[in-house]
Amino acid sequence: MLSRTADHLYWMSRYIERAESLARLVDAHYRMSLLPHSSEALAHSLHSTMTALHMESAYRARHDVIEPKLVFEFVSLDRDYSGSILSCLRAARENARAVRGSLTSELWVTLNSTWLDARSLAARRSPSEDIGHFVEWVKERSHLTRGVTIGTMLRDEAFHFTRIGTFLERADSTARILTAHQRDLMPGADAGVVPDPFEWSVLLRALSAFEVYRRVYRDVITPFKVAQLLILRDDMPRSLLRCCKEVYTNLKSVANEQSAETERRAGEMHAMLHFTRMEEITTLGVPRFLEQFLTRLLDLGGRIASDFLVPPAEA
Amino acid sequence: MTSKPYNEMYLGGDDTARSHYSRYTKWLANQPSDRLAQKRAEADALFHRVGITFAVYGQEEGAERLIPFDIVPRVLPLEEWIRLEAGLKQRVRALNAFIHDIYHDQQILKADIIPAEQVLCNSQYRPEMQGVDVPGGIYAHIAGIDIVRDGGGEFRVLEDNLRVPSGVSYMLENRKMMMRLFPELFSEHRIAPVDHYPDVLLDNLRSVAPTGVADPTVVLLTAGAHNSAYFEHAFLAQQMGIELVEGQDLFVRDEAVFMRTTQGPQRVDVVYRRIDDDFLDPLVFRPDSMLGVPGLLTAYRAGRITIANAIGTGVADDKSIYPYVPDMIRFYLGQAPIIANVHTYILRRPEDRDYVLAHLPELVVKEVHGAGGYGMLIGPASTKAEIETFRKQIIATPERYIAQPTLALSTCPTFADQGLAPRHIDLRPFVLSGRDVTIVPGGLTRVALTEGSLVVNSSQGGGTKDTWVLEN
Repeated sequence: MLSRTADHLYWMSRYIERAESLARLVDAHYRMSLLPHSSEALAHSLHSTMTALHMESAYRARHDVIEPKLVFEFVSLDRDYSGSILSCLRAARENARAVRGSLTSELWVTLNSTWLDARSLAARRSPSEDIGHFVEWVKERSHLTRGVTIGTMLRDEAFHFTRIGTFLERADSTARILTAHQRDLMPGADAGVVPDPFEWSVLLRALSAFEVYRRVYRDVITPFKVAQLLILRDDMPRSLLRCCKEVYTNLKSVANEQSAETERRAGEMHAMLHFTRMEEITTLGVPRFLEQFLTRLLDLGGRIASDFLVPPAEA
Repeated sequence: MTSKPYNEMYLGGDDTARSHYSRYTKWLANQPSDRLAQKRAEADALFHRVGITFAVYGQEEGAERLIPFDIVPRVLPLEEWIRLEAGLKQRVRALNAFIHDIYHDQQILKADIIPAEQVLCNSQYRPEMQGVDVPGGIYAHIAGIDIVRDGGGEFRVLEDNLRVPSGVSYMLENRKMMMRLFPELFSEHRIAPVDHYPDVLLDNLRSVAPTGVADPTVVLLTAGAHNSAYFEHAFLAQQMGIELVEGQDLFVRDEAVFMRTTQGPQRVDVVYRRIDDDFLDPLVFRPDSMLGVPGLLTAYRAGRITIANAIGTGVADDKSIYPYVPDMIRFYLGQAPIIANVHTYILRRPEDRDYVLAHLPELVVKEVHGAGGYGMLIGPASTKAEIETFRKQIIATPERYIAQPTLALSTCPTFADQGLAPRHIDLRPFVLSGRDVTIVPGGLTRVALTEGSLVVNSSQGGGTKDTWVLEN
């Protein structure tokens, strides 16, 4: 397929995945904001999340204080901020429109409708009471998009590049959300320090892992197990291991003459997560581990781009 | 002078339906008044959702508009269609023969049937094409022939579109929409299907691949997502299962054309291009074109690639050549034209010029290189000042103009603010030439939505209708 087409498909799915990740984060914090709870903890969690996602300076340019309502509005509906959910939905739709012929009609209509509806929702300037409703809707649209993708697309290159985009973005998002909460994942946290149940539930909910955790461990929440679940569980859809496995598998399906090294690195990342034990990660330190992981992920994304998506000009 | 327009649905003024509309009008009479309005709103919402829109230049992102769709179909009885089809095939065969001739032996010029300077000095004549052989001698692979019906009920060709005719996606989407809105109408009528058009088009494009290519790769070349017809480009590429490419996706190496793919360069054999000649190859035509492919013409002249439509077809659909098409049919095919032209005054001829200058208020004057309804004087709808401006221009450069009687384009009932009202329509069937000449029954019916208006172009407020050829 055309490199340009692959590039648009890759970014289309990255933006949809990003919109969903942001919606989950807003949703988790929004729910917590409705509970009688220390507003300091909420502000702290919002602050560390925005820092990990590199959103802080854009937010600071608009507001002086971290006020939950303002953060929710900013992350969800800010038209002028390229990282908002609304902007992600627009970018996903623009990428889809550029290659609408390579999508199934159902997938195109889904993405187009999502954008048209999001735009009119934003234009109505819903008061922030509606934010919970909005992010819930965004999650549903992302689920629908994913379902339509899997349910209607031919399992060809277009599909694989769509999946690569999805899982690279998801790995990035999980790693960053973990980074935002790394304070609670410190080795010492397990012994002695009482983990903050508020932050835990935000973290787990933001990754659709709250119910999963209960089901898998049938135990109280401990930092060790949370990290294990979100980094090393193969059956956890948003874990780093699962995402890397999917990236590697899909990458193998599109291999070309120049992609051997990229494939090797993706395989190496997968193998590393597959064979590492949680104890080794805690020895290294979770923050350090996450930092290294994000660096390798960035390298992988760059290599995929130059091997497949924007190949150097022909002689 | 204009006569009373022909009403496609009703006989002579009263409300007795023509026989091919009788079932439809019976159905129409049984529709609750608000149902049609509701269906029309539903159609608009669906078109937006599916993104069947055209881009509007110079406006904010997402500035995409619908081409208004009218829910009352334009119906053609089979016997009329059979005659039209034969006439269209005949006309396009002659036009292809003409283009081949003027880029080779120029017999029609030698026989003095068309003045040589009118062809050779035409800005659409491409000397680069002289002596170039194209597969099957086909130049206009896809032709959109604009047909109107005059006051006497006779079909006439108003214009030939042989460069990059558009609108076929609306023909297909209008049909899908009608079937979705009014499925009951389709069980009550035997309506000739049109949805196989993309298959026929692909087969046609593959049949004109360079000789020796067993399994040709066809691509559709677009100017990109910001082009006003982008929806149609993407739609057709998807329906045919071919790549939709932009100039930047293609490159030429050793006189062959390749596209950049995720698996490395891939050879391309047929380019169905939807950009004008001027932008195709910056090395030959406009050097500032970012849309084209440097070296494309070299590969083309070497016979390594087919470009559809061929380069240089514009000379045959120019308004200055149009009056000679019936002569072409006689010259190349030895046949009498089945569909007539609209009577046309050629203003470079003194006797035509004198007549036209004396009758400007009742004529339509067209600039020969104009397109899209611009550069035109509609006498009966113009002010004295406008007429005088044109008079001066005609006297100064008569060769730049042709004139025609003001046609009473036929009308078809159309959904307007106060309910159904007659509006003027035309018809653009799409004629495909390759191994054979084929036409999907019907075409795109365009309708002038403003009361009394004769301009059906979508750029000037025209809408479209589903077009039915009835098989029973």
